[in-house]
Amino acid sequence: MRCFGAIAAVVLVAGAVSAAEIPPGDRRSGYSFMTADTKAMQDEDTANPGMLWVLDGETLWKRKAGAAGKACADCHGDARASMKGVAARYPAFDKEAARPIDLEQRINSCRVNQQQATPLPFEGRELLALTAIIARQSQGVPIEAGADPQLTPFIAKGRELYLQRQGQLNLGCANCHDDNWDKRLAGSAITQGHPTGYPLYRLEWQSLGSLQRRLRACITGIRAQAYDYGSPELVELELYLMSRARGMPIEAPAVRP
Amino acid sequence: MASALINVPPKAKRGDIVEIKTLMSHIMETGYRHTASGEVVPRDIITSFTCRFNGNEIFHADLFPAIAANPFITFFATVTESGKFEFEWVGDNGFSETASASISVE
Repeated sequence: MRCFGAIAAVVLVAGAVSAAEIPPGDRRSGYSFMTADTKAMQDEDTANPGMLWVLDGETLWKRKAGAAGKACADCHGDARASMKGVAARYPAFDKEAARPIDLEQRINSCRVNQQQATPLPFEGRELLALTAIIARQSQGVPIEAGADPQLTPFIAKGRELYLQRQGQLNLGCANCHDDNWDKRLAGSAITQGHPTGYPLYRLEWQSLGSLQRRLRACITGIRAQAYDYGSPELVELELYLMSRARGMPIEAPAVRP
Repeated sequence: MASALINVPPKAKRGDIVEIKTLMSHIMETGYRHTASGEVVPRDIITSFTCRFNGNEIFHADLFPAIAANPFITFFATVTESGKFEFEWVGDNGFSETASASISVE
């Protein structure tokens, strides 16, 4: 048994080593893999369906909620000024939770603690709309998530999850998105998995969706049990992916096939 | 929280052909899908789109279940005078939304 364990460990280590990281010069946004039509859809605000959520977000930003009777705007003012660059820094370390939280969780923490309202459900129209209006203000801002030294252990955990083979297909994220991003899977580009445009409008979903939704879809795709929304594993994965994409400009709300 | 995005050029020369783009927020539920327990998800779509210019209908489209969510409808119009485009979307469950945009023609 002990011998078997040792072999398994060697195989695991070998598996981790084979996943070569993408050199910074070769990093490409998912945008560059898309057809001209889909690019045009993202580029023009009145053709980009993600902007419908931004529009809803503008309404919600000013709407008073909860026992405190406060709107986002009452503390944060004009989102265009106060939220510029914020999405580029998330997931960020939260002192209260003593761990990283993503933008959706930050919005809900504001709702619970400041507005004294109930948290919004993940992937609901309202939470997506608020995330969209905040992320939109960072369009063009380079990603800087993970710069806080307190996040280092969580980035390492996220990287471990990224390399971890799992599910019936026994695949880790790296097996596709580091090793085979220049190839295709059933006709679709595999891409490098840089989360530059979230929340984004996926034509397949016919809706805006979060990075967590995308990660869960990928995990289901390798036939593994997807982590729950808001689970520490998903946030660590988000954090690792954002730190891996550091320096790339935010495109939110992006459009993807 | 229905909302529309409209793209009409604010200015044009007399006789110009302008492109008008409209995007309406709607789920466009086909009525052909079932829940996990087998119940049909009732149809909920936009059934008609109309554009009027200074009160006259210039474009009309009927929409059907095969059209994707958040319908993006674009068309061209020749402009001969300044005025207002009025857009109207009508659909199932009493859905009715309007939007407008002005153009000045020199």
